Amino acid sequence: MNTTTKYAATALAAALGVTVLAGCGGSDDKSSGDTGAGSKTVTLVSHDSFNASDAVLKAFTKETGYKVKVLKSGDAGAALNQEILTKGSPRGDVFFGADNTLLSRALDNGLFTPYEAKGLDRVAADTQLDAEKHRVTPVDTGDVCVNYDKKYFADKKLAPPKSFEDLLKPAYKNLLVTENAATSSPGLGFLLGTVASQGETGYQDYWKKLKNNGVKVVDGWEQAYNEEFSGSAGGKKAKADRPLVVSYASSPPVEVLYADPQPTEAPTGVATGTCFRQIEFAGLLDGAKNEAGGKALLDFLISRQFQEDMPLNMFVNPVVKDAKLPELFTKFGATVDEPATVAPEKIAKNREQWVQSWSSLVVK
Amino acid sequence: MRLGLMVVPVAFFALFFAYPVVAIVGRGLKADGVWRFGRIGAVLSRPDILDVLWFTTWQALASTVLTLVIALPGAYVFARFAFPGKQLLRAVVTVPFVLPTVVVGTAFLALLGRGGFLDELWGVRLDTTVWAILLAHVFFNYAVVVRTVGGLWSQLDPRQEEAARVLGAGRFAAWRRVTLPALAPAVAAAALMVFLFTFTSFGVVQILGGPAYSTLEVEIYRQTAQLLDLPTAAVLTLVQFAAVGGILAVHAWTVRRRETVLKLVDPAQTARPPRGAGQRALLGGVLLTVLLLVVVPLGVLVERSLDTSGGYGFDFYRALQSADANGSTFLVPPLDAIGNSMRYAVVATLIALVIGGLAAAALTRRAGPLVRGFDALLMLPLGVSAVTVGFGFLITLDEPPLDLRTSWILVPLAQALVGVPFVVRSMLPVLRAVDERLREAAAVLGASPLRAWREVDLPLVRRAVLVAAGFAFAVSLGEFGATVFIARPDNPTLPVAVARLLGRSGELNYGQAMALSTILMLVCAVSLLLLERIRTDRSGEF
Repeated sequence: MNTTTKYAATALAAALGVTVLAGCGGSDDKSSGDTGAGSKTVTLVSHDSFNASDAVLKAFTKETGYKVKVLKSGDAGAALNQEILTKGSPRGDVFFGADNTLLSRALDNGLFTPYEAKGLDRVAADTQLDAEKHRVTPVDTGDVCVNYDKKYFADKKLAPPKSFEDLLKPAYKNLLVTENAATSSPGLGFLLGTVASQGETGYQDYWKKLKNNGVKVVDGWEQAYNEEFSGSAGGKKAKADRPLVVSYASSPPVEVLYADPQPTEAPTGVATGTCFRQIEFAGLLDGAKNEAGGKALLDFLISRQFQEDMPLNMFVNPVVKDAKLPELFTKFGATVDEPATVAPEKIAKNREQWVQSWSSLVVK
Repeated sequence: MRLGLMVVPVAFFALFFAYPVVAIVGRGLKADGVWRFGRIGAVLSRPDILDVLWFTTWQALASTVLTLVIALPGAYVFARFAFPGKQLLRAVVTVPFVLPTVVVGTAFLALLGRGGFLDELWGVRLDTTVWAILLAHVFFNYAVVVRTVGGLWSQLDPRQEEAARVLGAGRFAAWRRVTLPALAPAVAAAALMVFLFTFTSFGVVQILGGPAYSTLEVEIYRQTAQLLDLPTAAVLTLVQFAAVGGILAVHAWTVRRRETVLKLVDPAQTARPPRGAGQRALLGGVLLTVLLLVVVPLGVLVERSLDTSGGYGFDFYRALQSADANGSTFLVPPLDAIGNSMRYAVVATLIALVIGGLAAAALTRRAGPLVRGFDALLMLPLGVSAVTVGFGFLITLDEPPLDLRTSWILVPLAQALVGVPFVVRSMLPVLRAVDERLREAAAVLGASPLRAWREVDLPLVRRAVLVAAGFAFAVSLGEFGATVFIARPDNPTLPVAVARLLGRSGELNYGQAMALSTILMLVCAVSLLLLERIRTDRSGEF
């Protein structure tokens, strides 16, 4: 090794060290000393999928004087469980991301302080699952549905499936890939959809038939959608061979949004009879250090501005009636008229047992 | 003096490892303030849990054996042969080690799955079999064996073996009686690490095994993060503790039995170009293995990062520079994740070097059971689930002055926990191999213990320190488990950013995930290459 390289290496190492110290020192200053009462920072704890436009968060700061700090910690289930563990001494002021499959767990643990958000009268009534006590506020809805690869079905001159029953037909043998209901949120949603449509006793029989019809189960959405599903951008590169996947009703618009150049038609479609509706809630954390800021943030989450910004950031639907959907959604998205639902209390009571019998039926 | 050295590492582990882990296990096993040890029996008699235990054990054993068989020739070749591109190749084989498993799963499916390499050649598909898991474990751990065993091997004086040959020993006998005993501690250390990694394997099993296969680690994650069944998680954590403790005890015993003072030499003197058909064939075989096992899967990622809808190009890389192109998947351009990752990794490496260095120095000389127990304790973080530590942090570090739950320092701290064992494992065999008489001579000549350490031990272990730093750096660069559970104010690390991009549909997201993975590979390879260069230079001094 010659001297020049040696000096280059040393210089680089030194520069790296300085950058590090500078960088970390900086971020430390920003985050310390702003969490006390009456502070100007309000902390939102959420899962990894939370997103909002910078402009919208700045508008909130301008309007209320509070700066939003977002903490993301794992997927929806893990993020909520961390809140339960830190109950009474929360890391933030507001938690966003408890959906209807997890809601009872959050409420039973007494995570939230009741607060009736301003503008709640504009929020669709069927999403207000805690309308009496207002411990949580609905923020968005999303539908877990089977997506299909349009090209595959056009090439085969085969009509894509529409309903849960269709998926059992021999024409669709070995075409569907879904996620592990024990570890994946869409996987659980699809299982609950079958419970809702086939009944609490019928769903086991349904899954037996689905298994015989060659359903494939992988662990997570990323793998199912990017590796196994032939209609997605990733799946095409991976030479995937399953034209049916359990995903979201908003997946087709997302495929369009992130394609370059944008196609005139979405490459994938939605089997609208196979949908399960997820509703996501936010609530003021019990023990929040900045309660006033938290309340302002909850109001803001159902404001028209935030609700209209949300679809293209989290690919979910707004819950307020006066929010307009972006063109991308109206043009490429699917309307789900009658999504399957299961009451949160029922889910809380049976989830474990449903998932366990599903596992022993389908996975083992 | 020795106890003094141990204070800092002990305090570090007590505060950032033992306390959080004990707290979270206690949460699971205590009800109304009373310990419920009956829960252990109840959980361990469940057939599904027994299945998990059995699978975890046998796949780890099989993976370890397979890794040793495939990687030991590689260790020999890297140690003894000089060939062009050796440093680059050594850096390349370490790259898998730091890649997020979700990305590696993608790469590996391209090798073993449908339309993959084996499928095209022979119509063999392994993606749904246990072979996929085993081979992926070899892919991940190849570097552990090559670097740990090869590092020591390259410093063994070949003349010792040659002397045995001159004295009439056969080629194999000479190797078995001279080289093997000297190498044994390093082989044992490498085997132990591989076993630990595969025993606690998480992402590989999840992605390549599908829901049908589950290791203890996967089950602990599921019970803690998804189901919040803390009693079951606590019992499984204890089982993993016991297993890891058992492995470490066996390891300590084998190392003690075989530990010898070695005469170490400059590796530059021991490596030479391969001679004869046999040696060239061996080199060729190892290069082919590396090509198939490591380079091809990594190449797939690079290929996909360049494969845009308009032909090959750098579109995805350009998109990484702006936050807008991502519809605010991030509040900052994904490219910033590189800076975040580097900062965390450097801080984590420094912490790991200080803590691990002090611990290794304290453990150098033969010691009583107390110190040996400490040795084992340092390894325990490798055998404990990231989710256990992460959730433990949440319930313990929640009061001033230690409310670190939302502080950036928690990320490098968690990463350093995993880095320290690497530092200790890399430095200890070399430190212990230093001739005690050199230290005694220094002491006789009037050097203080610190001075003796600086003048005698440090120059000899500088190489080991750099190897250790390389590992610690690489590990924290790729660390995903703990990082994902530690809430960060919007400064994702590279693996976290990759996972977020993969979590959304659309070509641009997928392409950017691949591009970012390629960058992660390059950053890692360059860092490792730089370390290789420094160490070649410095090792000329002794």
